[in-house]
Amino acid sequence: MIKVERLTKTYGGFTAVDDVSFVCQPGRVTGFLGPNGAGKTTTMRVMVGLTPATRGEVTIGGHHFRSIPNPGRHVGVLLDASAQHAGRNGREVLSLGARTMGLPDSRVDEMLALVSLSDDEAKRRVRNYSLGMRQRLGIAHALLGDPSVLILDEPANGLDPAGIRWMRGLLKSYADRGGTVLLSSHLLNEVELIADEMILIGRGKIVAQGDKQTLLAQHGPAATFVTSLENDRLAGVLRDRGVAVAPAGTGLRVEAAPVDVGRAAAENTIVLTDLRAAQEGLEDLFLALTSDTQRDARSEAGAPEGASA
Amino acid sequence: MSTSSTQPAATPEPLDIDVMHAPKIPFWRLVSVELRKMADTRAGLWLLITIGVLTAAIVVIFFFAADDSELTFYNFLGATTTPQGFLLPVLGILLVTSEWSQRTTLTTFTLEPSRTRIVAAKTAAAVAFGLVAIAVAVVVAWLAAFLGGTDDAFRDVGLEDFSRFALLQIIAIVWGLAFGLLFLNSPAAIVLYFVVPIAFNVLVSLVSWFQEAAPWIDLSTAQVPLFDTDPLVGEEWAQLAVSSLIWIVVPFVVGLLRVLRSEMK
Ligand SMILES: Nc1ncnc2c1ncn2[C@@H]1O[C@H](COP(=O)(O)OP(=O)(O)OP(=O)(O)O)[C@@H](O)[C@H]1O
Ligand SMILES: [Mg+2]
Repeated sequence: MIKVERLTKTYGGFTAVDDVSFVCQPGRVTGFLGPNGAGKTTTMRVMVGLTPATRGEVTIGGHHFRSIPNPGRHVGVLLDASAQHAGRNGREVLSLGARTMGLPDSRVDEMLALVSLSDDEAKRRVRNYSLGMRQRLGIAHALLGDPSVLILDEPANGLDPAGIRWMRGLLKSYADRGGTVLLSSHLLNEVELIADEMILIGRGKIVAQGDKQTLLAQHGPAATFVTSLENDRLAGVLRDRGVAVAPAGTGLRVEAAPVDVGRAAAENTIVLTDLRAAQEGLEDLFLALTSDTQRDARSEAGAPEGASA
Repeated sequence: MSTSSTQPAATPEPLDIDVMHAPKIPFWRLVSVELRKMADTRAGLWLLITIGVLTAAIVVIFFFAADDSELTFYNFLGATTTPQGFLLPVLGILLVTSEWSQRTTLTTFTLEPSRTRIVAAKTAAAVAFGLVAIAVAVVVAWLAAFLGGTDDAFRDVGLEDFSRFALLQIIAIVWGLAFGLLFLNSPAAIVLYFVVPIAFNVLVSLVSWFQEAAPWIDLSTAQVPLFDTDPLVGEEWAQLAVSSLIWIVVPFVVGLLRVLRSEMK
């Protein structure tokens, strides 16, 4: 388990991480989400002792990272996959890690197989690796010591769709077996599918945290896509109840939770052919929560509402 | 794809990591990793090979260039100090700086968070390289003296001489390491390592006030007795110690403090 307590990191007068507290539980994947420059990487760097905290502290499994002996055996870290010696080959990068941790060389082969780097690729110099191959090597390196805690900064960066799906499965099963996983991203979709728990950070401050349902329930303007045999009548019924409705594709977009829309339809015996929560609910939430921290000011205010679908 | 070996260490995971039973990484293992890091890249490997080849080459050149009467084991060994004294510092520098320029500090310091231990391991590795270098020099010089030396090629050589040459090379490589640690940047450290002491040496020999103090403040001057066959006297040891303090220990300590405080980017 990772425990971040009132962590603050300032650079001169600039506060990169501002009084951040959260906990990553074992058995769960925690997504760390925020726009560029929000402070995700800085927080993770403080966790593993690469950056000193200005105030506050982080413990992993009850200890400061620096007081864990042979920490690679307990905490797997991937901060920047490109931070490897360009002249070393992939296998050698893992061998150095394995040797430092006191692991047999067979572990290197296992990890290479796990991340699908072939023998031939493992013999190539990291300089000649593609972005995704570097990322795979970095993931292999993080898993090398069979750790119980994983700290991964944008692990999906550069992975192809199959790779992303593979990683999702890997991390999920890791957490299912009791591991603690913290991964960062600035892409909501990426995290949404895999994280049990989400921490949203903007301009150094935590703006929301919780699981997806809780977040939506607390902050989300619930929205629903609905298609029925009588769209016009359904729209009328909903508007009468004071709910905003807009046409969207073959159906309607309703600013209400699916259960309310379904109930309204049932009461008026309207046959529904499609009813689902609007996918961008969380996305809107994310943008809204971080809007004042977003670097691209939301110039087309309201655009995400009507225009989507 | 998911093999059982990727299983988290304990299931279900205890809230606390059990550190009581986890041993630290033994120091020798850190040193062995540092030694390996020097040889597993093309640049590092070529530097090691170059040191070996030049050591042998200078002995061969000396063999043909020197007077027959000069072809002694001691002189062969002395010849090897020139290329080694030139290249070992570069090895010492790269031992530190390649890690920073390639940003591998991120992994190094997450596998062993004690930066002092890593710097100590690098220093031990540097000393080990220095010892290996002198061992290679001894072997090559011995071969040359054995095969083509004068009749009494091995006269007057004792353990004393070996240790003086070893000290010379270890000073060279650790000096480089200290500069590497101070600048954490290969080109800067290499250029300044070669320029600053030479410039200082010139200054010392030109300014009369400095000439008196030279052996105390100029490490190359203080090293001169090490090339001599006579054992060092007490004052010479003191001069070597003081000038090493100025040129090696101070940059080393400043560099170490910088490494301990800085952010690893
Ligand atoms: N050494 C430093 N000196 C000054 N500012 C810094 C330093 N390191 C980080 N910052 C600033 O701290 C802020 C947070 O950076 P950080 O890398 O943590 O963002 P991030 O959330 O990881 O962003 P991204 O999604 O783009 O990776 C940024 O504004 C960055 O410029
Ligand atoms: Mg980042």
